[in-house]
Amino acid sequence: MSNRIKRLFAQKPKGILSVYFTAGFPNLNDTETIILELEKNGVDLLEIGMPFSDPLADGPTIQASSTVALKNGMTIPKLFEQLQDIRQKTQIPLVLMGYLNPVMQYGVERFCQKAAEVGIDGIILPDLPLQQYVEEFKELFEKYNLSKVFLITPQTPEARIREIDSLSNGFIYMVSSASTTGKTVGLAEQSQAYFQRVAGMQLQNPGVIGFGIHDKDTFEAACTHASGAIIGSAFVKALQREGSLSENIKSFIQSIKN
Amino acid sequence: MSYHVNEKGFYGKFGGAYIPEMLYPNVEELRQNYLRIIQEPDFQQELQALLKDYVGRPSPLYFAPRLSEKYNTRVYLKREDLNHTGAHKINNTIGQVLLAKRLGKKRIIAETGAGQHGVATATVCALMGLECIVYMGEVDIERQAPNVARMKMLGAQVVAATSGSKTLKDATNEAIRDWINNPEDTYYIIGSVVGPHPYPDMVARFQAVISEEIRAQLLEKEGTELPTYVVACVGGGSNAAGAFYHYLDESEVQLVAVEAAGKGIHSGESAATSILGKDGIIHGSRTLLMQTEDGQITEPYSISAGLDYPGVGPLHAHLFESGRARFENATDEEALQAVLELTRLEGIIPALESAHALAVLERLQAKPDDIVVINLSGRGDKDLSTYLKHFHFDEQ
Repeated sequence: MSNRIKRLFAQKPKGILSVYFTAGFPNLNDTETIILELEKNGVDLLEIGMPFSDPLADGPTIQASSTVALKNGMTIPKLFEQLQDIRQKTQIPLVLMGYLNPVMQYGVERFCQKAAEVGIDGIILPDLPLQQYVEEFKELFEKYNLSKVFLITPQTPEARIREIDSLSNGFIYMVSSASTTGKTVGLAEQSQAYFQRVAGMQLQNPGVIGFGIHDKDTFEAACTHASGAIIGSAFVKALQREGSLSENIKSFIQSIKN
Repeated sequence: MSYHVNEKGFYGKFGGAYIPEMLYPNVEELRQNYLRIIQEPDFQQELQALLKDYVGRPSPLYFAPRLSEKYNTRVYLKREDLNHTGAHKINNTIGQVLLAKRLGKKRIIAETGAGQHGVATATVCALMGLECIVYMGEVDIERQAPNVARMKMLGAQVVAATSGSKTLKDATNEAIRDWINNPEDTYYIIGSVVGPHPYPDMVARFQAVISEEIRAQLLEKEGTELPTYVVACVGGGSNAAGAFYHYLDESEVQLVAVEAAGKGIHSGESAATSILGKDGIIHGSRTLLMQTEDGQITEPYSISAGLDYPGVGPLHAHLFESGRARFENATDEEALQAVLELTRLEGIIPALESAHALAVLERLQAKPDDIVVINLSGRGDKDLSTYLKHFHFDEQ
C-alpha cells in the first residue's frame, strides 16, 4: 500500500487544506464524526491531536481543548479504539500529532504498530528532536511505513532544513512565524520572505504552512507560497459554537473554501 | 561511571533536549556558547566579584555544636541562607544574567514556584538594568504574596500562569511559550537543574560554587576536603547539584538527596519523584517524573512550594538509578519538626525546603567521627506564615 500522504500531494500539488482537531474534544466520542464531516466538506488532510497535559508548543485554544479532552477520558488506547474501523469509511490521509511523553509510556514500537494497523499515515511529535529520531525511532517509523513530519521555522538554518528534508517522507510542516499555535496576527512580511526562501530551496518534500492560519485570506496567502496550509486553533474554536457538530464544521470549512 | 553530562547532553539515559523546533535556535545558541563564555577570564572576573561583594560569598560553613551533640556526630551547615535574597538561587541567576548580557539579550524571562528564583532573577535584572518577566502560577501568586511584592518592587512584571494546575509546572510551560514567541531578544533564566541541555549542566556549574567552597572550608576546619555525608533537599535539584558537584567522583563521600514526601509517600499527596516517578519527558528533558499511566504529568504536593515539582533534574535521575546518591524523603510534619529543632538548637530559622534535608539527620545513623555537611539552601523568612500557622506561637 502506498502512503496516502504521498498520493495526495502527487494528485494535488497546490491548495491542500489540512485541518487539526484535538481528539476527545468537544466530546469523547466525536472523533469519527469530525473526520467524516471534514472529509465530506472537502478537507484534504487531517491532523488528529493526541491531548497532553503540558503542550509546550500550543497556545491557549489548543491547550484548553486538550484539558477538556483529557477530562473527557481521551487516551491513546481510547483513540486507537475509536479509529479501529476508520479505514472502512474513509481514505483521507490521517496524521497523529502529539507530544513524546504519552507515546513513550504507551511504547514507541507498540504505538507505531497500532497506528499502522488502524491506517494512520504520518506522525508529528514536535518535541522529538531530529537527532533522537534518527538514533532511536527512524527504523520503527520506516518499518511501519509511517511518514515522520518535521517542523521548520523562520529561524531554522538552511543546512538544517536540508537535513530535515532528507529525513522527511511526506511533507514539511512550515511554522509560519516564531509563535505557539493560535496567534492570529496574519502573515507578516518576514514570513513571506521565509516562505519564498524555502520555496527557492527546491526541497524534495512539499511544504505545508501552519500556525496563524485562521481564515480564507490567511489560507489563500499561505497557499501561494506552499502546497497548502493547516488550520488548527481557529477550527477548534469553531467547534465550540452553538449548533451541531456537522453544521459548525460545514460553515467553518465553507468560510475557508468559498 | 561518569556522573557528568556527556557531549550529547545526557547523564546516562537521562537529559537531552526534547524541544520543539521553534526553540532549537535559542537552545543551540546557548549550547554552542555557554562553556566558552563561562570560561572567559573577564566573565569569571565579573562573576567572582559579584559573588563576593554582592551575594556575600563565600557563605560560611558553620559547625553546629548543639545539633552535633544531639545526633552524636559532627554536623556542618553550609549557610546558603545567608546569601543576598536568602537562598542559593542567586548563584545561578547572577551567572545566567551575565551570560545573557554577553549573548546580547535585552529581555529576561523566568519561571518561579515559591518565588525565590523569581526574586533572585528580578534582583539581578534590576542590577543589570534588564527587562524582567516572571511567570508564576496563579495559585502560587496567591499563596506567596510577599515574594510577588518583592518582584514587583524590583521592577519585574509578574505574569500569572492560568493554564493546567496553575503552579510551577505551568509557569515553566508559560515561560517556554514566551521564549517560543520571542526567539530573538529574550533569554530564559531557568531556576533549577531542569529543562533541555545545556540548562541542567549550566545551572549545576553555577551552583557548584557551593561544593567548591565546602571542600576548602572543610580542609581548613577538619584537615580533609571530604565529609562522610553531603545532604541536600531536592525538588528540581539545583542546591543539591551544587552541593554534590565537586564530590560526584569522590566515591567515599555519601551523597544524600532528600525529597518531599508531603503527607506520606503513598498518600496521593507527595513529591517524592524518585519513588513515584517514571522515565519520561518533562520540560525538554528525559528524566524521572510523576505521571499517570497514560503519560499525563501529574501535580505533586509538598508543604514546601520549592519542592513540589513533578520531575527531578536529569543529573539526579542518573544519580538515583546508578545508586551514586542515596535518596531519602521527609514528610511535611518531619520537615516542620526539623525547622523548630534547628531554630531552638542553633538559632537559625531555615526555609521549609532546607528543613527536609535536616529532617533525615537521625536516619543517617552517622557515627561520632563522621562529618555530615547539610546544605542549608535558604532561610525561613518566606515561610513565617506557615510556621505561625503550624506552631501556634500566638497561643503560648
